[in-house]
Parts: sequence; structure tokens; C-alpha cells
Amino acid sequence: MRILSQIRVPHVSSLRRGLSHRYFQLGVVLFGMILLMAADDTGTRFNKIGHGMMCVCGCGQILLECNHVGCPDSDRMIGELRTRLASGDGDTPIYNWFASKYGPTVLAAPIRGGFDTVAWVMPVVVFLLATVGTALIVRAWVRRRNNTLTTAEGIVVELPAGEQAKQDAVRERIRRETEY
Amino acid sequence: MPHPMPTFGSFSLLLALVLAMYSLLIGAASLWQMATGRSGRIAPERLSETARRAGIMSFAAVSCAAFCLVWAAFTNDYSVAYILHHTNRDLNPAYKFSALWSGQEGSLLLWSWLLAGYGFVLRLRHKVDVRLSAHASAILAGVQVFFLLLLVFAAPPFSIQPGVIPQDGFGLNPLLQYPEMVIHPPMLYLGYVGFTVPFAFALGALIMRYPGEKWIHITRRWTMVTWLFLTCGIFLGAHWAYSVLGWGGYWGWDPVENASLMPWLTGTAFLHSVMMQEKRGMMKSWNVWLIFSTFMLTVLGTLLTRSGIVSSVHAFAQSSIGSWFYGFLIVVFCVCLFVFFRQKDHLKTENKLESIVSRESSFLFNNLILLVACFTVLWGTLFPVLSEYVQGSKATVGAPFYNRVALPIGLFLLFLTGVGPLLAWRSTTLRTIRRNFILPGIATVATAAGLMLAHIRPWEDQSQLYSLMAFSLGAGVTTAILSEFLRGANVVRVQTGKNLFSASLQLIQRNTRRYGGYIVHFGVVVIIIGIAGGAFNQSTEQEVGFGDKIGIGPYELRCQSYTQDSNANYDTEYALLDVFKRGKYVTQLSPEHRFYAASQTNSTIVANRSTLQHDLYVIYEGKNPETGRPIIKVFLNPLIAWIWIGVAIIIFGTFVALAPAIKPALATSRVPAREAIAVGSGD
Repeated sequence: MRILSQIRVPHVSSLRRGLSHRYFQLGVVLFGMILLMAADDTGTRFNKIGHGMMCVCGCGQILLECNHVGCPDSDRMIGELRTRLASGDGDTPIYNWFASKYGPTVLAAPIRGGFDTVAWVMPVVVFLLATVGTALIVRAWVRRRNNTLTTAEGIVVELPAGEQAKQDAVRERIRRETEY
Repeated sequence: MPHPMPTFGSFSLLLALVLAMYSLLIGAASLWQMATGRSGRIAPERLSETARRAGIMSFAAVSCAAFCLVWAAFTNDYSVAYILHHTNRDLNPAYKFSALWSGQEGSLLLWSWLLAGYGFVLRLRHKVDVRLSAHASAILAGVQVFFLLLLVFAAPPFSIQPGVIPQDGFGLNPLLQYPEMVIHPPMLYLGYVGFTVPFAFALGALIMRYPGEKWIHITRRWTMVTWLFLTCGIFLGAHWAYSVLGWGGYWGWDPVENASLMPWLTGTAFLHSVMMQEKRGMMKSWNVWLIFSTFMLTVLGTLLTRSGIVSSVHAFAQSSIGSWFYGFLIVVFCVCLFVFFRQKDHLKTENKLESIVSRESSFLFNNLILLVACFTVLWGTLFPVLSEYVQGSKATVGAPFYNRVALPIGLFLLFLTGVGPLLAWRSTTLRTIRRNFILPGIATVATAAGLMLAHIRPWEDQSQLYSLMAFSLGAGVTTAILSEFLRGANVVRVQTGKNLFSASLQLIQRNTRRYGGYIVHFGVVVIIIGIAGGAFNQSTEQEVGFGDKIGIGPYELRCQSYTQDSNANYDTEYALLDVFKRGKYVTQLSPEHRFYAASQTNSTIVANRSTLQHDLYVIYEGKNPETGRPIIKVFLNPLIAWIWIGVAIIIFGTFVALAPAIKPALATSRVPAREAIAVGSGD
């Protein structure tokens, strides 16, 4: 009995909280799995590679979307693409073949490696830096919170002790009254 | 005088330049006198008034010049080189008018005219705040001077054609002979040029150390109207591309398209973050730089179009005016930097955030994402130039890059669109989060599950994954907006005893900004759903003879006949195709292929049957030179119509947000910025 009494029975609400945490974690895991399962395979390599290249006629359109009337290049290039696919080449060799024949601008995105990688990395780096920077700024601002009040004239006044609670109550009332 | 109208037009531009210079120099001098307390023979207030009137007159002068160019187009005055190169006798009058902006010189003239027009309105409404308006007027005059200098010295629209003048012009680019081209460029320019006004006010407020946030209130309508014009301009361009270019899409991530998107992104960020300044006195420096950046991006966009530094289907031939824009951009940046550092102490804010989970931080992150999106677009646009500099060879940065990099950012933005309005100012309690997020969360998950049951396979294809996320988040955001709206309407219903519909109307009237904003957010959701449908596009292409059939999705197209026709402007061939949906006749479509004699160019005219479910989009691609048989290409594009519906919703929402709010009887007077904590106060 004494042993039993030492066993801490968790409160129902904390059990629920734990359970909801588990559900949340499960959701995150499932979502991650879906993301990972999103393989970049359209099922039609022709379509994928054809949309990864530009028509070289100067119309500025994706190869398979070039509708340039009387285009001197797109039909030939599409034919070449079919030929390369039929010969069993992989995606990269096909891209390389086209890039060597028509120049690097035939590729619709920078995928040659080397400096081209910077094109992809930079937005991600900027996003991460900006996010971390914003988070740090927000954290600093939250920490800087103090018991001051700004009057309508813009003068910052230090609140006396105990006044903060009153202010919060007034704010809460204003919030309720002006919510809708 | 052999060419009276071109001469008069040139003189008008010269006069406008002189007036704008007067407005700038005398306006600045009078403001300096007022600021330093000095006074010459004429009182600075009177000098300032003359500068204001000179600014107003410059609008009249530029209007005269624009009229002269249009007149020359309508009277077939081919002594004007610009008219010779952009019109011909048989051109439809509407397109003769749109020739004003179909070439470089004309479009710069349109730009100057719109800028002068904005200046005209600003100077007429100067009584809203005489001193601040005087500052803004002088800054606006500075921008006017730059564009008028361009028109007078670098790109004169009234250049006389040397030698023998031809009897007919070379015609207008066929792609521009489309109704939307009459309104798309002016609309886009209204947006571009319009950002000069909030820029001028912001810079003016900073120069004169304007107290408080009144300048934001003054410029709020300007900014919103400008933003609306730019939004409409961008989507009109997208619609034109979809309807005319005939490649089945509406956005090709072309550098010039990107150039219009960048100021839109920063302008959107500005519209959101000014609320922080209004309500909490925060982010003053940030807001000033946002509007500076927006203006500079409009100039950069023009530079990209004119300089030839990037390859674009829109770009004009490389010309010397690119260097003018470089110079102007550098001057603007230096002026902004100088004024900012000189008056930095004026922008001090308390920067007090009480919780990371609050409306303020959602605004911060919203701004962050919008600016990251803007950087991504700018980076992709300029990377070919950088690549050439580093590697010695240009790289193409096209749709595959943007689709991979920009789509996740867009989805995150959509997520914030739903989350932001559900958070309270200052701090959000756990109870509020639970109450506000449970329904949208359920809607998001349920939509995702439902769509996967309906055979969307996110694990098979990245585009389907993005579409699934867009649909699910769209459902979540819509639920969030609706539940927030209904909660408010219910409170009003209980307070007033009215029915739910009347209560909803009253709720919107009480806080037009907030609910107008929600409607705009809903419009954005609808647009994103329309874009997400692109993952399920289908297309087929085939040679079609008389009586042949093409099948796509639920449709079958049967060729009835081919017809040829001609008029003075173009020769046309078109196919007549009967459309059957699941065996039942629905309509007849006639895609065209035109040949314009004046410009010796071909163009396709798309036939499109648009429904809420999908667009049946048909192109006559021309004839196979070997067989002589016509080639028909058919696209089935799901949900496209929702993009245009979404734009209409955004327009409506913006008008609601622009409408003045009717204050309820129990509304309290305005609390100081730091004390303004109401959740629903005007956002």
C-alpha cells in the first residue's frame, strides 16, 4: 500500500496534453513522410526534360511550349530529344548534349553545377538568415518590454509599482469593447 | 512650318521640363527658407505656391504633348518616326490610340503624363497638409524632371523621319492588337508611377521630421489605389499572355514580368507593415525603406526593360537610355540614404513586443516572406548577368527555377495569410489560439485527406504535392476568414438584434479596413487555388483534316471546316471545330492564324471555352509544310477561371477597404499608439 501510494497517478488533463502532443508529433512525422515521398518523377521523361529546356529560336519559351508559328528550331529540337531518349541516355547526358550543341542558355534553369549551384542556394540562405534575424529581433523586443507608458504627446512615463496590473485591466476592457 | 503638331509636341515637352524644374528648384528653395527661417524679397509661402502652380501647369504641358502624339497617329502623320514605326493606315482606331505606349518613346511619354497627372491631383489636394504636400510636390517634381529630360534629350517621341516619307506605316506589333493591350500598359504604369506619390510623401516626411503617423494616413489611399492598379495591371498582362500568346500559360517568369512583380511584393509588405506603425508606433525605419525600395524597384523594372541587360520577350532594343536609369537609380538611392541617416533619430521606435505569438510578429514574418520572395525574383532575374560575369557564359533562369524556389515561399505566405488575422495584437493566449485555429486546422487536414482520396497523389509528383498543399491551406485560410467574420457578425447580431446578413453588413461598415483586407485575402486564396490547378493541365496536338476528331479529357473536337478571310489589316485562316462534352454538343470554337501585311508577321488567335471547372483552350498552330494539313493544339487547363475571379474579389475587397468606416456609437476615442491593443481595430 505504501508503495502504491508513492506511485504518482498523472492528472487526466496532463494525460490529455501528452496525448495531444503525441498526435501532433504523429502529424508532423506523417507530413514529413509525404514530403519525402514526393519524388521528382513526372512519369514522362520527355515531358520533364522538354520542359527543362528553352526553344533557341529567341521566342523565350520553354521548348515544349513554343508555339512560335513557323519556328525554325523547336520541331528539330523535339526530334533530337526523342532520339536521345530512344537511345537510352540519362537526363543529365541529354541536358549536356543539348548544352554542348546549343550553348548553356538552352537549359531553362541553372543546372550545370559549379557556380550555377549558387542560384539555388542563395534564396534558401537569405530566407534562413532573414528568419533567424527576425526571430532574434522579435526576441530582443520581447525582452525589452518594461513597465512604461507613452502618453498621447509621445512622452515615455515609468509606471509606479502596481499600476501595471491596473493598466492591463483597462487594456483588457478596451480590447473587449472594441473587438467587433 | 512643315510639321506643326510634332513641333508643338516637342515644345510642350520642353515647356513641361522648364515648369517641372521650376517646381523642383523654387519649391525646394522655399521649403529651405521656411525650415531655416530665412526670407528673401518674396515670402517663402508665396514662392511655394508658385512652385505648386508650376507643377500643375506641367501636367497641362505634358497632356498637350501626349495629345499631339495621339493626333499624329490618328492623322497618319508619318513624318513622325515613332508613328511610322508603330502604326499604319488600316489600324483599328483603338490600337492607333494604344500606339502611344507600344514603343519606347511613347511609353516614356505615357509614364511622364501619368506622373504629371498624379502630381496634378497631389497638388490640388495640398490642403490636406500644406507643408508636407509642398515637400512631396518638390520630390515629385524631381522625378518628373528626370523623365522629361529623357523625353527631351534621350528618347524624343517627336523625332522627324529623315528622307522621303512613306505613304504607309510599318504597323503595330500584332501581339499588341488585342483589346487588353489598350488597358494593360496604362494600368501597369498607373501602378508603377503611383508608387512615386507615397515615396515622395515618405521622403518629404523624413526631410521635415514630420511628427506622428499622419503621413501614413494621408498616403494610405494613394498606396492602396496604386497597389490595386499594379495588381490589375499584372493580372491583365497575365490574361493577355494567356489569351494572345497561345502557349497555354499566363506567367512565364520573364524578366519584365518579374520587374512588375517585385514592386508589388514590396508594396504589399508596406501595406501590411504600416499598420504596425499606426497601431504600435513600430517599424518606422523599416516602413520608410520599404516604400523607398518599392519606388526604386519600379525604376529598376524600367531599367531592366530599357537597358537590354537581360533578355526578355518584352524588352525594347538595347538603347542608351539604360545609363540614364542607372544614374537616376544611384541618385535616388544616395538621396534616400543621406536623408535616412541624417534624420535617423526621428525614426526612433520603442520596438516593444510583448509576445512572439502576436499579430505584430505575424506582420514581421509576413514582411520577411514577401521580401524573401522579392529577393528570389530579383536574384533569378539578375542571375544570368552575374553568371556571365563569373563564368563567362549566360545561364537561363526560367520557369523550372522559379517553380521550385518560389512556390514553397508562396505556400508559406498563404499559410501566414490564414494565421496572421487569427492572432491578437500584443499577445495571443493559448485559449485564443485553440479557439481560433481548431476549425481552420480541421478544414486543412480534411481537405488534404479528401483530395488524396480523390486521387491526388502528392508522393508521385511534386506539382501535385504543391497543389495539394495549396488546396488544403486555401481551405484552412478560407475557414479562418469565414469563422472570424461570422464570429464578429454574431457579436453585432447579439448587440443590435439584427439578422445575420444585416449584422454582417454593419460589421463591414464598422471596420472597412479590416474586413476589406479579409476579402482581399480571400481573393488571394482563390487566385492560388486557380494557379494550383495548373498541376493537372493536359494538352494534345494533332494534324486535323476535315471531319477529324481530337479527344482531351471529357471533350471531343470535330473539325467542321477551314475558312480563309482577309481585310485591310490582316489575312486570316481559321478552323471551325464543333465541341462535344461526353458526346453532347456544347459549342463551336474557331482558333485563328493571322498574317499582318504591314508588319509581315504571323500571330495566333486563341479560341477558349472557359468554365469554372476548366478552360478548353484551342490554338491553330499553322499548316504542316510537308502535308499541308492544319495543326491544332488543345489544352485542358483546370480552374483557370478562378484566377480572374480572385482578381475581381481583390478589387472588390480593396474598394471595401478604401471606403470610410462608420463608427459605432460606443466607439471610444483613439488611444495612443502604444495603448492601441484592440484585436479588431482597423486592420
